[in-house]
Amino acid sequence: MSSFAVKNLVQADRKLIAFRIGDQEFCVNIMSVREIRGWTQATPLPHAPAYVMGVINLRGAVLPIIDLSARLGMKDAEPTARHVIIVAQMKTKVVGLLVEAVSDILTITEENIQPVPEVSSDLERQYARGILAIDKRMICMIELDALFPDQESEAA
Amino acid sequence: MDMNEIKEIFFQECEEQLAELESGLLKLNDGDRDPETVNAVFRAVHSIKGGAGAFGLDDLVSFAHVFETTLDCVRSNKLEPTPDVLKVMLKSADVLADLVSASRDGGGVDESRSRGLVKELEALAHGELPSSSAHEAPKPAPKAAPAPAPVAKAETPKPTDDSGFQPIPFSFDGFGEDEEPAIEGSVYEVSFKPRRELYSKGNEAALLLRDLSRLGEMSINCDTDALPPLDKMDPEASYFGWKISIRTTKSEDDIRAVFEFAEWDCDLEVKLAEEASSDEELPMVPVPFDLSILDDSSGGEEEKGAEQGVSEETVAAAVSAAETASNVSRAARAVEKKESAAAAAAAQNNAAAAAAAAGQTIRVDLDRVDRLINLVGELVINQAMLSQSVIENDATGTSAVNMGLEELQQLTREIQDSVMAIRAQPVKPVFQRMSRIVREVADMVGKSIRLVTEGENTEVDKTVIDKIAEPLTHMIRNAVDHGIESPEKREAAGKDPEGTIKLTAKHRSGRILIELADDGAGINRERVRQKAIDNDIIAADANLSDDEIDNLIFMAGFSTADKISDISGRGVGMDVVKRSIQALGGRISISSRPGYGSTFTMSLPLTLAVLDGMVVTVAGQTLVVPLTAIVETLQPEAAAIHSFGANQRLISIRNSFCPLVDVGRVLNYRATQANPVEGVALLVESEGGGQRALMVDAIQGQRQVVIKSLEANYTHVPGIAAATILGDGRVALILDVDAVVAASRGQSMKPEMSLAATG
Repeated sequence: MSSFAVKNLVQADRKLIAFRIGDQEFCVNIMSVREIRGWTQATPLPHAPAYVMGVINLRGAVLPIIDLSARLGMKDAEPTARHVIIVAQMKTKVVGLLVEAVSDILTITEENIQPVPEVSSDLERQYARGILAIDKRMICMIELDALFPDQESEAA
Repeated sequence: MDMNEIKEIFFQECEEQLAELESGLLKLNDGDRDPETVNAVFRAVHSIKGGAGAFGLDDLVSFAHVFETTLDCVRSNKLEPTPDVLKVMLKSADVLADLVSASRDGGGVDESRSRGLVKELEALAHGELPSSSAHEAPKPAPKAAPAPAPVAKAETPKPTDDSGFQPIPFSFDGFGEDEEPAIEGSVYEVSFKPRRELYSKGNEAALLLRDLSRLGEMSINCDTDALPPLDKMDPEASYFGWKISIRTTKSEDDIRAVFEFAEWDCDLEVKLAEEASSDEELPMVPVPFDLSILDDSSGGEEEKGAEQGVSEETVAAAVSAAETASNVSRAARAVEKKESAAAAAAAQNNAAAAAAAAGQTIRVDLDRVDRLINLVGELVINQAMLSQSVIENDATGTSAVNMGLEELQQLTREIQDSVMAIRAQPVKPVFQRMSRIVREVADMVGKSIRLVTEGENTEVDKTVIDKIAEPLTHMIRNAVDHGIESPEKREAAGKDPEGTIKLTAKHRSGRILIELADDGAGINRERVRQKAIDNDIIAADANLSDDEIDNLIFMAGFSTADKISDISGRGVGMDVVKRSIQALGGRISISSRPGYGSTFTMSLPLTLAVLDGMVVTVAGQTLVVPLTAIVETLQPEAAAIHSFGANQRLISIRNSFCPLVDVGRVLNYRATQANPVEGVALLVESEGGGQRALMVDAIQGQRQVVIKSLEANYTHVPGIAAATILGDGRVALILDVDAVVAASRGQSMKPEMSLAATG
């Protein structure tokens, strides 16, 4: 699966946005990011999964906020004023991803992307599309569509 | 712009023409004999035919043609528009509408019906023709009103199967057809007298005449009578006039087109002259260029040719008055020449009124309007947020910023109102559809019913219009089928055998009120009651007021017609109507007087983008409960709360027990049930008709909220209908009352209520 994913990435010079959750760094394709904004209190939704923090008002649109930390199986975020929301487009929907901070914008080529090592956890294999080694940092590249499989993103 | 787009525009115009056609026919049905109404009807059919011809829609063309021919008989007073005639015409209008939609969407039409109507129309046209042509015969010249007769004779006998029929290309000026026989080489008499303005604008009479000569063979006489002696001549004045006799295959309009740019600055008359062939019929030899004799009569009582010319031209003037400005002036001028100045003024006034009534419109894609509405909604929220933060920082409220903000607030509110008004549409199209349903259903059940509409220009949001059509149709059918009695019964009761259904729309305190009243028998309360008992809806010994019995018809599974008919009573009834009205955030009620009829009153919001809601607090969260669902609010007392079973609680309200539902619990906001005494109970009526008391912590207030979709970026949330944004910029959820009640009954929550969302 991982090798298949890497094959899909054959494309030179792509830009990624890197961000931090806890002590780990992740990145997503910059093309799917609409904007980055500060944290505002969300209105909780009843009967929602734990990682859905609620909805906020994004200039008149109702935007669901995903606690990316919880979604990736880490501990639930405790949002502060310093947290940021990455507003990202996934298929037809727009969602906000709560992260601790945006750290970098990376320009990479295919060679920078390494395949995801064989790890036991399904979760990591599900969302991780590759690993980048930049300046001795390890940045995990996330496939956003994989985070919200069809039954969720298309149920409505 | 490709062909499909043009076609789409044609179909849109067809809709308008059909609406015009129907309203015109209904006006005639009501006894209106204004020639302009007849002309409007004729014009509508003619335009549809013309457009359909351009697109090669043969079925449409051939039917429209027969229809048009018959209408033309009405127009030329050969056919009296009696109620029977109009009945056929209204049916034909319905078939024409079917044909239009069949051409647009594919699909078939009831051919036997259209063929039957074609026969009826032809019969109407023919039935009157012999007598009218006999009437014409003794008159010397059949020329001046040739159109109806030859067209009818030549083409009506075989319209539907006449595949060789060549549609006339679409032309807005086609209404002048009367004056143009299709025979080759007609002779026209043109009288052309330039005024001085013509020359001062740089036009040259000689060039115009040369252009005219290209149309055919012509002879010119110059009229120099007005030429003064040389010493009195004004070098810049115009003295000459020309009388031209031209033999051409072109139409009168083509001749007029030559003078198109000069028409304001000259006296122009174009008339069809007598042909040589008519000489033998004419007792007197036509004197060339003497228009008053040449332009003779066909139809009527008038004895002098000139007078007949007036009436001809007046009709022509009326037809074209609304068409174009130049036509208006031409028409007015034509009248002016032969009639008094007062008549001219009246014609001009009429034309002006017609133009004003038509107004100016543009077609705009609905998406664009929606986007604008959305943006304005955001502007309003933003403005509220800005005001709030300014007020927080400036307690005195006197600064220039504050003043500016207040103005801004006013402006945004005005913008919001105006934008909402763009989407608002008159209810007229829906009402017009109803008249067709009344006609068809009344025909089917053998009743005679008149539909009276009132307030059809009342405006309401387009989405509401789209959604009221269905429940309204259902109710109209019910009214025709069950409400109005048969003519015999009506006569026995001393009523007019023709029943009346009245459909009214009006604005009332920010909502639209639609009333449907029939003058039928009213609700048979004994039968309704018996039926309700039979269907286990009420207990046999229940003590109900008249009003309560009337409202039983809204209960599920209720149909009072003893025999199930084709039209209504298919097992779905007024409960479905009530539910769809409620889904729109509306209410419906009935009042009935035995022997005098019943009235249904629907109250609907003006828009689906906005909802009247009660803002409440539940477990620290702000929720909005649609106001339409709430019957009353009350502060429960400890004594009124009764435990029932393991964890159910009931509240006693005026000696009846009503289950208590903790909203915070249903929505999982809290783990344990709240103490009802500390909160407020909202008594709600749900879809099933049962009442529930919803427990909330506190009521914040009542306000209009803009509905935003949750589904746009997320999925449906059980128990939540939609979201909204409050003045502080936070998102608040709108409660789906029916789903919450259903959940309290132990059913799983499923999407029941769908709201039109703008998010």
